[in-house]
Amino acid sequence: MAKLINTHGEVANTPLTQVTFEQWQASPNGNSLELFLSSDQTADLIGDQCKSFARICIDFPKFSDGRGYSAARLLRERYGFNGELRAVGDVLIDQLFFMKRCGFDTFALRDDQVLEDALAAFSTFSVSYQNDVLDQKPLFRRRMN
Amino acid sequence: MYVYDQYDQQLLNERVTQFKGQMARYLEGKIAEDEFLPLRLQNGIYVQRYAPMLRVAIPYGQLNSDQMRALAKVARDYDKGYAHFSTRQNVQFNWPALEQCPDILADLAEVQMHAVQTSGNCIRNTTTDEYAGVIAEEVVDPRPYCEIIRQWSTFHPEFAFLPRKFKIAVNAVPGEDRAAIAMHDIGLNIIKNDAGEVGYRVLVGGGLGRTPILGTEICDFLPEQHLLTYLDAIIRVYNQFGRRDNKYKARIKILVKALGIERMRELVEEEWNRIKDGEGQLTQAELARVKQHFVDPSYEDLTDEPETLISAKAENKGFARWLSRNVRAHKKPGYAVVTLTLKQIGTPPGDVTAEQMDQIAELSDEFSFGELRSTHQQNLVLPDVEQRELFNVWQKAKVLGLATPTLGLLTNMICCPGGDFCALANAKSIPVAEAIQARFDNLDYLYDLGELDLNISGCMNACGHHHIGHIGVLGVDKKGEEFYQVSLGGNSGGNAGDTSASVGKILGPSFARDKMPDVVATILDFYVANRHEGETFLEAYRRIGHDSYKGAVYGKAD
Repeated sequence: MAKLINTHGEVANTPLTQVTFEQWQASPNGNSLELFLSSDQTADLIGDQCKSFARICIDFPKFSDGRGYSAARLLRERYGFNGELRAVGDVLIDQLFFMKRCGFDTFALRDDQVLEDALAAFSTFSVSYQNDVLDQKPLFRRRMN
Repeated sequence: MYVYDQYDQQLLNERVTQFKGQMARYLEGKIAEDEFLPLRLQNGIYVQRYAPMLRVAIPYGQLNSDQMRALAKVARDYDKGYAHFSTRQNVQFNWPALEQCPDILADLAEVQMHAVQTSGNCIRNTTTDEYAGVIAEEVVDPRPYCEIIRQWSTFHPEFAFLPRKFKIAVNAVPGEDRAAIAMHDIGLNIIKNDAGEVGYRVLVGGGLGRTPILGTEICDFLPEQHLLTYLDAIIRVYNQFGRRDNKYKARIKILVKALGIERMRELVEEEWNRIKDGEGQLTQAELARVKQHFVDPSYEDLTDEPETLISAKAENKGFARWLSRNVRAHKKPGYAVVTLTLKQIGTPPGDVTAEQMDQIAELSDEFSFGELRSTHQQNLVLPDVEQRELFNVWQKAKVLGLATPTLGLLTNMICCPGGDFCALANAKSIPVAEAIQARFDNLDYLYDLGELDLNISGCMNACGHHHIGHIGVLGVDKKGEEFYQVSLGGNSGGNAGDTSASVGKILGPSFARDKMPDVVATILDFYVANRHEGETFLEAYRRIGHDSYKGAVYGKAD
């Protein structure tokens, strides 16, 4: 069983009814739903309708499949999704820092991963060159020299 | 050159700490082999045939003498006393111990060097013209743009797990492609429009490897400030839609081919329109800040062709030869650009010993403001040498074995490490290079042959750029035996006089290794017998045609 964490520690899961994109398309209603987005489904597929979900889980079927980073960023930056964005699937310690920068706020950490190491990974870097979901300004607009 | 500020250094130091931790967790068994793989790759570590290999980045081929000394120290302290300069302007160590790599990276961080993203499915080291900043022909100095791209691509949060590796190259010389940009995932040609504004002509989807394709124009003029958002847009499209089911079809060139350039452009522009005016847009302040790092050194007011140079040239044929091949015109009167060739007979192309590296650092301090360049032809460059010192530099370089006067000629081969080191290789490449160098060691003959690129790869990953050699050699495996396939007519596009890039065409069935010098000799004899006055190998090939060469080599045309 995966350990659910945020950047501070382990958190409890609030169970929501999960739907896939296809299920939701067939019957687009219900409150406080959780959308499961597979890695071959893009953010543009849902677009502005992302706001109807309380939570969106983006799947990483394999940690090396990087599509979820773009999906997360687009949901946050383009479609203004303010709900919970959760990374699920093959979620490993050494990808957490990137996931955080792309706008994920909860992480279903694979069960064999060490919690302490995972939490430490969120503060791997104190500087980032690029703009991201956490900071709209890239470093070149923030440098104080 | 670019000097790190506190932000750059902090980030690199944190990277060193991160990888130290990852290595420790791996050695404790807390990270599985396949999950450690991309972590070590993104820190430059391959596991090769006999030992790990560490690839250290030389961002756009630019380094200084202290960095060269640090590399020499790594070669001595952690390796077998030598290093290998690669076709992507990087440097590789063939024998480090895996568990010592974090220490090497810590040592290198002290001189602002690293192995960040030198491998893995991420944005790799950006490459450019090795003469950037010192030649008169360029529109602007491309190095500040390369540095801006370097920073943007370093630990990009969205693009660390792309479908496949991603390479960007930048050229700033009009009418020439001096960085083989047509062979990269993204090629940027820095140009000026009619209003004199700087921008980029953007190519996408070029590449060598298994499916060699020239890049296609996706944007004819992208204004200067939109560089990073446009790159973001292209790679975002690729990250979402590039194939991930087959590693051989995962490069962006396959996506561009599948979608067609029109559709690709539409997707990219749609993406770009949504971000182009945001905070990611490059500022003039940032351009100015980075450009400051690339201002000219304190050149003296000198004149071209000083008396001492003219007399030395007249008195010494060897020196005159070296001048004609390995020394290039500089933008500043009285200065010259000197290439130190790493193509000594008996040494694999691109290899250099720790002692040579220390001496090269000395040469650079004494004669070139402490700066150096690495080249895609696996040589090193002293970018700012006073012409009155050239004879002096030549004598010193000669003693070091770094003055083979064959730049641009047959024996200045590009060659990957091949089956002697690389786990991917189908065949050895270094012995082929050596046999060809040994066979064609007559300088008069080489000079008579003129401009000729011979490139050798040990497998279809094409690290030796065989597709763009005028003569290309590819190692293939035939039922466990090593054979070599020859292609003709490739061109990187960087050659003076002929600027059109092309992919070589396979000549016919492959040859055993010991036949290779004869095959090359046959091709050259055919060229010499049929060329017109002043016609280069490539020009003659294009005029005479592939089938005639095929006939000459295999006995009959079909």
